[in-house]
Amino acid sequence: MGLDFTVVPEHLDVILLGCLWTIFIAVAAALVSFFGGIIFAVIALYAPWIIRQPFRLIEWVFMGTPLLLQLFLIYFGLVQIGIDLPAFVAGIIGLGLHFAVYNSELIQTAILSVDKGQMEAARTVGLSRGQALRKVVIPQAVRDVIPPIGNNMIALLKDSALVSVIGVSELTLSAQRVIGATYRPFEFYLVAAAFYYVINLCMEWVQRRIERRIAISR
Amino acid sequence: MDIELMQRVYPFFLQAAWVTIQLSVLTALLGLTCGALGAAMRLSRLAVFRFIGAAYVSVFRGTPALIQLFILYFGGPQVGIQLDAFEAGVIGLGVNVGAYMTETIRGAIISIPKGQREAARTLGLSRWQTFYNAILPQAARLMVRPLGVNLNMLIKSTALVAAISVVELTYTAQRYIGSTYKPFEMFLLAGILYMIIIYATGRAVAWLDRRVQIN
Amino acid sequence: MTDTEHFVEIKHAQKSFGKLEVLKDISLNVARGQIVAIIGPSGSGKSTLLRAINDLDALTGGEIWLDGVQVNKDLPYRQYEKHINQMRQDIGMVFQHFNLFPHMTARDNVTMAPKLLKGLSKADADKLAEEQLDKVGMLERIDYYPSQLSGGQKQRVAIARALAMKPKLMLFDEATSALDPELVDEVNQVMKKLAEEHMTMIIVTHEMDFAASVCDRVLFMDKGVVVEEGPPSVVFKNPTKERTREFLRKHLAGAK
Repeated sequence: MGLDFTVVPEHLDVILLGCLWTIFIAVAAALVSFFGGIIFAVIALYAPWIIRQPFRLIEWVFMGTPLLLQLFLIYFGLVQIGIDLPAFVAGIIGLGLHFAVYNSELIQTAILSVDKGQMEAARTVGLSRGQALRKVVIPQAVRDVIPPIGNNMIALLKDSALVSVIGVSELTLSAQRVIGATYRPFEFYLVAAAFYYVINLCMEWVQRRIERRIAISR
Repeated sequence: MDIELMQRVYPFFLQAAWVTIQLSVLTALLGLTCGALGAAMRLSRLAVFRFIGAAYVSVFRGTPALIQLFILYFGGPQVGIQLDAFEAGVIGLGVNVGAYMTETIRGAIISIPKGQREAARTLGLSRWQTFYNAILPQAARLMVRPLGVNLNMLIKSTALVAAISVVELTYTAQRYIGSTYKPFEMFLLAGILYMIIIYATGRAVAWLDRRVQIN
Repeated sequence: MTDTEHFVEIKHAQKSFGKLEVLKDISLNVARGQIVAIIGPSGSGKSTLLRAINDLDALTGGEIWLDGVQVNKDLPYRQYEKHINQMRQDIGMVFQHFNLFPHMTARDNVTMAPKLLKGLSKADADKLAEEQLDKVGMLERIDYYPSQLSGGQKQRVAIARALAMKPKLMLFDEATSALDPELVDEVNQVMKKLAEEHMTMIIVTHEMDFAASVCDRVLFMDKGVVVEEGPPSVVFKNPTKERTREFLRKHLAGAK
């Protein structure tokens, strides 16, 4: 059959649209994972035992099973309990929660490594525990954790390809659709890979810049 | 929770878990091979090899494993590569994880202090003798734990081959979710099996890590 | 025929990193059995010169000769590798930070190279290890790992490792600088013993007393050049150059 890249340009609009969806889903899921990660970390460290322990179990399950399996659970599970969300929302929630667990691990370590004296100092000036966490401890922990979270976000971008399996029309599924019409899998998956690669390079570039900033601010 | 249904279908999940284990073992072996070759190229004296190694790592870590798998499985026939889904899964995932293992292995090797290489070279050992006798035994000990992390990631990434219809754990769960409309129960069955595999692997890696430490 | 007067010969050694010249046209002869100390402030190029002798740091100009053979010969890569590995077998080196192989016992540290390069049998290698470790007073620690040894003990094992190759020349690169003061002497004793056996040695050191007591000749280096050289009695007691005097004054003041 051979390769023929001349068919690529006429379908590029579909691919580009898919690319925008991928960026949108990745950004939305990244936000979910970031704030979810902070909330999860606080629960895992400070919630009462009765909440903390089952929560840790759930975290453990999320880290010990494949993302794809979790996406199936969330997508079909929500339908089962009567919540019929569009696939892309399920995808964002699934990706977001999955990476929130990984971010939470990082943030927990960071919170614990923020000097104990910081919390005590905040309490002595009259802040409540919650205020001290929000205003003093967490901002410091988040700064420490930005570079490794950056790695998670780059992984998230690549894993966002999995939501194509539950029918979200992002880059991978768009490529699949075009392939359905053209029977040119090699060419169009390669094009999709190139788009992912470029986004990935941009993210790595941004990450390096942020890391340098942080290094300077210390 | 539909216990009765779970009892009825669990043998199929066990079979599927066996496929997942086979996939994981073969992928790990291929990944280690690619990782060793990749690291050798990244550390080569020759710029050409260093470039090829760096490109391998950058491209395979910079694009989704799922897309790599699709290119190999669906696009392969266009360039004369005919593989069944299982073979494509092993090769696709193995080459992918090999890129991650390349960095793990290289990282361990370059973390050995420069003085070790100098001491061996000063005694008259060749580059290869130095690497094999002085550097590698130390680096290998440092690699165990991070390679264990790669392995953990690899086991979970075997789920991707569900997308090319290899009947492993995730594919089986997906199929039974479709036919029974019991996503939670099916997730539980597959999830427990995944966690057993990952837990056992983690213990094995921890044991090996303790075994190889000096003293 | 070996020329005992020109046993080690450094001819117009020159080395630069980009624009920075670390060694500027240095020439030096060491006779067989002679012991030469190189002193000087940090950054003077003394370690670089020492490391050039076995080509750990390649010169950018000049020649190094040992026992009638040029060390840094201009050869194609593969041939050069072969040649330099052969040469290095004859040049023992001891490092500031010991660089023992942490995954090997003292015995294996000593025997690895002779086994690999000279094809020694297990029995011969064991005999060699016992012999060499006995010489440095470490026989009873033969099956210890480096992590179980003190700094001074590590350095003595490192010396035994170098001696096991039966080198013609020993290079010491600040061998006692990383040691706690109370451990310095045990290493110095071993070096003295080698001196009594007429081992040819080139020693980079900042221990003036030790240099004065064992060396035949002292070189004072600064900024990549040899400022002054001569017997220790002259260089240490009556230096002719102002820079040497200044260095010695500062150094001795700092040491006390």
